[in-house]
Amino acid sequence: MRGDPEDFELVTARTLEEACDRVAQGYRPLAGGTDVMVLLSAGKLAHRKWVDVSRVDQLRLVHAGERTFEMGALTTYTAVRRHPLLSRELPMLAQAAAETGGVAIQNRGTLGGNIGNASPAADSLPALLAYGAELVLASRRGERTVPYADYHTGYKQTVAAADELVARILVPRGDPARVHYYRKVGPRRAQAISKVCFAACAEREGGRVREVRIALGGVAPVPLRALEAERAIVAGEPAEEVSAALGRAIAPIDDVRSTAAYRRRVADNLLRDFLRHVVPAS
Amino acid sequence: MAEPVELRVNGVACAPCVHPMRRLLDVLREDLALTGTKEGCGEGECGACAVLVDGLLVDSCLVPVAQVRGREITTIEGLASGPTLAGIQQAFIDHGGAQCGICTPGMILAARELLERVPVPGEADIREALAGNICRCTGYVRIFESVVRAIELERSGRAR
Amino acid sequence: MASSIGTSVPRKEARAKVTGRARYVDDVVLPGMIHGVTVRSACPRGRIRAVHYGDGIPWDEVTVVTARDIPHNVVALINDDQPALADGVINHPEEPVVLLAHPNRALLEKARAAVRIEVDPLPAVLTLEDSLAGRAVVWGTDNVFKEYWVRKGDVDAALARGDVLVVEGRYATGAQEQLYIEPNGMIAVVKPEEGITVWGSMQCPYYIQKALIKAFDEPAERCRVVQMETGGGFGGKEEYPSILALHAALLASKSGRPVKMIYDRAEDMAATTKRHPSRTLHRTAVTREGKLVALDIDFAIDGGAYSTLSQVVLSRGCIHAAGPYDVENVRIRARAVATNTPPHGAFRGFGAPQSLFALERHLDVIARQLGLPPEELRRRNFVRKGHTLATGQVVREDVDMSGLLERALKASDWKARRERFAEENARGGPVRRGMGLATFLHGTGFTGSGEKHLASVVGVEGTVDGRVRVLAASTEIGQGTSTIFAQIAADALGVGYDDVDVATPDTRDVPNSGPTVASRTCTIVGKLVQQAALSLKAQLLADGVLVEPYDPAQLRSACARYVRERGALRATAEYAQPRDLAWDDASFRGDAYGAYSWAVYVAQVAVDATTYEARVEDFWALQEVGKVIHPLLAAGQIEGGVAQGIGWTLFESVAWKDGRMINDRMTDYVVPTSADVPPIHVLFEEHPYEGGPAGAKGIGELPMDGPAPAILNAILDATGLSLERIPATPEAVFEAMERARG
Repeated sequence: MRGDPEDFELVTARTLEEACDRVAQGYRPLAGGTDVMVLLSAGKLAHRKWVDVSRVDQLRLVHAGERTFEMGALTTYTAVRRHPLLSRELPMLAQAAAETGGVAIQNRGTLGGNIGNASPAADSLPALLAYGAELVLASRRGERTVPYADYHTGYKQTVAAADELVARILVPRGDPARVHYYRKVGPRRAQAISKVCFAACAEREGGRVREVRIALGGVAPVPLRALEAERAIVAGEPAEEVSAALGRAIAPIDDVRSTAAYRRRVADNLLRDFLRHVVPAS
Repeated sequence: MAEPVELRVNGVACAPCVHPMRRLLDVLREDLALTGTKEGCGEGECGACAVLVDGLLVDSCLVPVAQVRGREITTIEGLASGPTLAGIQQAFIDHGGAQCGICTPGMILAARELLERVPVPGEADIREALAGNICRCTGYVRIFESVVRAIELERSGRAR
Repeated sequence: MASSIGTSVPRKEARAKVTGRARYVDDVVLPGMIHGVTVRSACPRGRIRAVHYGDGIPWDEVTVVTARDIPHNVVALINDDQPALADGVINHPEEPVVLLAHPNRALLEKARAAVRIEVDPLPAVLTLEDSLAGRAVVWGTDNVFKEYWVRKGDVDAALARGDVLVVEGRYATGAQEQLYIEPNGMIAVVKPEEGITVWGSMQCPYYIQKALIKAFDEPAERCRVVQMETGGGFGGKEEYPSILALHAALLASKSGRPVKMIYDRAEDMAATTKRHPSRTLHRTAVTREGKLVALDIDFAIDGGAYSTLSQVVLSRGCIHAAGPYDVENVRIRARAVATNTPPHGAFRGFGAPQSLFALERHLDVIARQLGLPPEELRRRNFVRKGHTLATGQVVREDVDMSGLLERALKASDWKARRERFAEENARGGPVRRGMGLATFLHGTGFTGSGEKHLASVVGVEGTVDGRVRVLAASTEIGQGTSTIFAQIAADALGVGYDDVDVATPDTRDVPNSGPTVASRTCTIVGKLVQQAALSLKAQLLADGVLVEPYDPAQLRSACARYVRERGALRATAEYAQPRDLAWDDASFRGDAYGAYSWAVYVAQVAVDATTYEARVEDFWALQEVGKVIHPLLAAGQIEGGVAQGIGWTLFESVAWKDGRMINDRMTDYVVPTSADVPPIHVLFEEHPYEGGPAGAKGIGELPMDGPAPAILNAILDATGLSLERIPATPEAVFEAMERARG
């Protein structure tokens, strides 16, 4: 343990208002702790002031509206997996939750924390992108809703203002017949940081794809939507064109976990496999 | 700044006076002298520090103690009642689930949590439930066997 | 009294472990205890210009130890070329330079971060290849710690024959981190009137004692070492703990307080020993019928910056390089060389996994070239009784590798599965499956004259309470030492397993029965336990206090009576080299090991064409081991070893940058989880070896030798890709596929 708790301040918020006040004062929200506490143990936690938001019950609520799921930022991976409707209608999110860490991490890790940490290798973020999620950001100044696709602007940079925190995640409830395709590729079967993560959701009409969202993790500084590839699929272009479009969208790197060449090829393999699922002729 | 943090640990109320950001792992081991919970990595990767908080398995190296104020915490020391071992503990002895023993407390708690959730888990359930607890000695084979036998012990009523 | 040998009695150690009551070193707090940490170099090689102690730390409260504080700055092992603390010169990243101690651990970490070591860099050698090529000389005159040659027959003549095919190959293995889940830790107390006492996580208390004696210039009676419950070792706690013990004792000596030093995971991974990386060149002459005529092998291992145990790892790797085959002409050149990386060290298998990987991979390459099935090539070359191994050792046991192979092929349904997979693979699809095998041996005990030099001693005593106590330095580190020693002693004495205790390995109380390494504990030391127990029984009978036939209760009361009336009741046994074992160190010829265990391992592997991941779906481990003393423990050794072997082959990759391991966290150094290991089918066969208790041979390291080549041979079967290095990560499989495509 290289960090010293005495160097830090941890206050508790009991309501969303309190949490927003604290964030405005320069405290950062601490929920499951699965990222922050690793840094503390390693002696690498730079920020000193933290507000424990784990007791803000309104951030834990999951509401299934007629057209939209509303999940509080404190929704844990375990809560996603155990929610009968979420796990049935958003299987990619449930799968991502099942493949994040192990049970002990899933019991603590939260969607809000995952989004706030903004790692390009996070497992649930591509699923949220592929489901067309929106985020409700809260501050003392009120709440605003942003499309999640616009949220990440650069490596660990987001559109959230310094005094805003992620309060809720909204995911439209879609056509039950839509196709979900999620695959996380990591160094082992469980408890692993992803090398490449692929999530795609498509709605079909007749024999063609009417609407599709494709999102990837691990191939760019941010989790990203492959917009050009999506348009190519809807336009009915052949697999080679879709593949080329994807290739232009991603910028994988060599790092301690994997290589750019591997990530690029696997992303492409997953795309082609998805195409075979969703457009049988291709 | 230290403050009293009220906890119930293995059924006993206590209120160690500690900094709120202290890791639950350190509070258990150092302030409460419950050294059965181990530190293997400090990253939430190995599971040796796993405990139950309100029945849920968590890695105590990742939990700031303030967050478990008022909660019920179960460590390995809380499983046996006196000389009578819990079924899962006896099964680990009988079927070689422990070799060096350092992963064993966390592993037993992970198995225990599984069995509370899924009384008759299949092999895939067991593998998944234990995937956050790394064992370097056993290759997991005897651990799976121990969990399966613990289920039999429980069902036959021969265990707590 | 029925013997417990061959049955799975409840382990002596088990209850404490499942209740959390087992006490590991970090669980202990002594009154007045303070903490210690190590300040290490960042650069691989250079001269220390200065050490700066930064501002903001109350340095007057901190105990500081440097090389100047050490009476004899050396870590005693074999060549004594490693200092306990760097003195003027840095030879590897993470080399310890300064030790600090203070009561407050958090402050201590800040103090550690505040020390800056200023180094003038020198050219460093960072890879095995660069060291062999002599890019720079960083040790001795040519970077070579040790070189051995094995010569049998006339390899050059055989290679030149007209009726042979010559097949070449080049194989490499990467470093592997032992990753015991309990990191290294020690507590030291120094009292002027008593001397030094050290408690901690370790495999070899007497190695540590030897290091303390040398460094502190103290006699053995003033250097006491006590093993605590140890959370895994695998060789990683064989020689390394001597360094940590010296460090803790230095701080304890200077501060006058008990000192505890516990490494966190990052420090343990980056600074302590790993498996030696290796590279092996093969040139093999084989007839068209598949008879191996000559093996020409160049085996090299990277020892890191100091010699430590590299020559012994080299020795075992060299001797195992020719495997379980009858080959008339063998030449093995083996070298251990220096690089500016943290010294590599003992890890289960100790050189044999590295050289056997190369051989077993190479045989499949040869089989393909000849158009022979891999099992058939093995069958045509196995040694049998009367054949000689590479060092000239005559095989005296009736080894039946062909029979073992048959049974392994049958158990794994080899033929049917291979046929089915070939069909399925041909149809295309996202997964390719294959079967692979490895056939191998592993020598029990120290190589050659090693056991003779160790001259191990074991004691067995009777106590005044009528109990029997085994006194040995062998440590329980998860493998069940105390349990099997109790079984062996009970069997020899005719008492119950529960009547026997095994003393904690404390150098004050137990004789030196040698280190807990080299697959020697059950066979070599266990045999001494048996002999000492028989000797104790003889003493009681000779005295008349016990009469045959007797029951356990009678022996127990005889012990009690003897101690009450005559005093201490203790018998010892000392290792005597069997007369028919002869080894010559100078020529490296003769009987390398008293006994070998023999094995055939089979792997079924699936390679995913989308992600290039290879996955072991099923695994069979068959071995002939003399005698299984405790079935559950024995199976546990094989299963655990196979899992570590799978890790080494497919998952575990050390990422090096400037000689330092940069993936020094468990998040980034990936070992198999419960979701990654296949079913492992273990089968034992027993041909008793008279030199082992009840006929037992060693098994601790054997399972490390088979998985890597079996898995890569399965990948060859599945995909046609002949991978030559491990780890065979998905990235490596992908790159190999790209290269194969052209």
